[in-house]
Amino acid sequence: MPDARAAILSRLRASRDAHPMETVASDFTVLKEKRCSPAERLERIKQMMEAVHTEFIDASDQDWPTVVQAFLAKEGVRTLLYAPATEAGGRLASGWGEGGPELVRYDRTVDEFKEEMFTAIDAGITTTLGAIADTGSLVLWPSADEPRLLSLVPHMHVALLKADALYDTFWQVMTENRWAQGMPTNALLISGPSKTADIEQTLAYGVHGPKRLVVVVIK
Amino acid sequence: MAPTDVNFGRASRTALKDQQLRANFRRAMDGLMSKRAVQFADPKEWHAMRALGASVRVRALSKLPELLEQLEANCTRNGITVHWASTTDEANAIVLKIMQDVNAKLAVKGKSMVSEEMHLNAFLEKHGIESLEADLGEYIVQLDHEMPSHIIMPAIHKNTKQIAHLFREKIKEAEYTEDVAQLTDLARRVLRKKFMNADVGISGVNAAVAETGTLCLVENEGNGRMVTTVPSVHIAVMGLEKVVEKLEDVPPVLSLLTRSATAQPITTYVNMITSPRKEGEKDGPREIHLVILDNGRSKIYADEELRHTLRCIRCGACMNHCPVYTRVGGHAFEAPYPGPIGSILVPQMEGLGKRGELPHACTMCNACVEICPVKIPIVEIMGRLRQEAVHPGDAVKDAGACASMAEALIWKGWAVMNSSPTTYRFATTIAAKLGNAAPASLPLLKEWTSVRSKPRFAGRTLHDLAREKGIPDA
Repeated sequence: MPDARAAILSRLRASRDAHPMETVASDFTVLKEKRCSPAERLERIKQMMEAVHTEFIDASDQDWPTVVQAFLAKEGVRTLLYAPATEAGGRLASGWGEGGPELVRYDRTVDEFKEEMFTAIDAGITTTLGAIADTGSLVLWPSADEPRLLSLVPHMHVALLKADALYDTFWQVMTENRWAQGMPTNALLISGPSKTADIEQTLAYGVHGPKRLVVVVIK
Repeated sequence: MAPTDVNFGRASRTALKDQQLRANFRRAMDGLMSKRAVQFADPKEWHAMRALGASVRVRALSKLPELLEQLEANCTRNGITVHWASTTDEANAIVLKIMQDVNAKLAVKGKSMVSEEMHLNAFLEKHGIESLEADLGEYIVQLDHEMPSHIIMPAIHKNTKQIAHLFREKIKEAEYTEDVAQLTDLARRVLRKKFMNADVGISGVNAAVAETGTLCLVENEGNGRMVTTVPSVHIAVMGLEKVVEKLEDVPPVLSLLTRSATAQPITTYVNMITSPRKEGEKDGPREIHLVILDNGRSKIYADEELRHTLRCIRCGACMNHCPVYTRVGGHAFEAPYPGPIGSILVPQMEGLGKRGELPHACTMCNACVEICPVKIPIVEIMGRLRQEAVHPGDAVKDAGACASMAEALIWKGWAVMNSSPTTYRFATTIAAKLGNAAPASLPLLKEWTSVRSKPRFAGRTLHDLAREKGIPDA
């Protein structure tokens, strides 16, 4: 409603000009000071995320596809949705042995297989841009190659975390990497499996999103 | 006072008699307060974070018109369609039009207090569109045809047993269970089908970034991500005060919000949305609409003291710490925003004629002011609104609506009595001699004595006793 726009903005402008507000400069020192050593970062991330039921497994840059496959097989996962066009997706597929969960390619739009995604996929695997020690959060920038629903619809989300991509705070991630110069369609922090405390403040996991979050730390 | 259908006095008296309700709130608020205290255990960090949070919000308000224009320009450039609504009726009409354009029959909703202000669900249902709450707490209150009783935990007034009965009664496939994990899983099964089939997703906005045109949402369940990612159309509704200037303003605001609200260092999901599905992307909505709602906010902004109400980041900590809210619960306020923030915000939105009672739902104990993460002077604004309610003026809608001739006369008499030693001495002597004889049922006195014992007047005044001790009158 163009009339509403003009009316609202002119009211706001008149009020502000009649009574300008005093401001104080925002001092971000408190966030800048939240620092810990690289070794402490991983410990803290694990501790915070495990407190909200995140699971961690260790792997190396060489063996992570087989580690993931063995873990999923052991957990009885039958289908794994993955992003074939990413570098990690390519390595996953080429390193995938016989007998493990079936790999399902996320290589078409969701509209073409929505029902299958909601009803027939056990797990989804994504990369991450890193993790944050202050809050115990994974940082994800989904993309055309690695779509958003990979980390949301499957009952289990497997996330690959490089052990050298750790940050102290959310603020540090976005300022050091100059997020303000170009945000993606969707940026996410994920700090555990889906949860709720809406029934008498009793914590329950897996309400709408993944029931399990498994972080594969690649050293 | 103007006759209205809302009546806090009546509703709170009913609530106070409900022992189950009081137990549910007491238990929940005690838990929330102690958990929050752990989050802010370091006073130095708390003061620094709070100063930062307040500075971000005040800076945003100081440039509000420019930031809204910048937000609109950046959202538009990113492919988000921006709409403006002066009233909730306009906002509802905008949402309906968007839905009708895509022939939508089912909308799934993330938690949004602005949509509660709009009574959006009822409005859409009247137009033949099912609008389903997807946040578990909101889903529970919607099943029971109630309003949320808390802005963060909508179903906090119910215990597990009550929810177990509700589910069995209202959900076809439900078997009776008091197991919270099973109840949660039941809601998961019901709602996943809805996410899959919904035409439109509706959400609120926790912070909108002018610098980048980004909408930020925090949540734990994943329903917020579902409604903003799965349906082909996403409609976000926000109050016009929700804008922040820079992307780097977001981390302190969200940190204060989640730690104050539920004592979490951060919620499970922080969801930052900057554009609809781009060419080549495989999921996400094809259209995003942002509806910026005024609904009285620009009027609040006009007053240099009252505008600080708009700093609020909706964490709900003020309710958790409020002795009044804890005892009467959220429903007694009969408003989308209960508790201290509701008691200052709702009268300014809806007018003092209808809501003049709310600024009195406060003991002025200052607990809310001490924990407000953006330092809103809630109690000062509460006092100001009490004043506005009895003095006709332009600052607040329906200012002066609560003015009463009798009350004005009494205060006039009080002023006269206190302005000369003779009248003062005369009045206190009379009160000392006759005060105890006055029946508790006298008009005006009755208001006090109906819930308290009548105070006993001393037989002699303090002045009298002092004089006897040889202390001279001034």
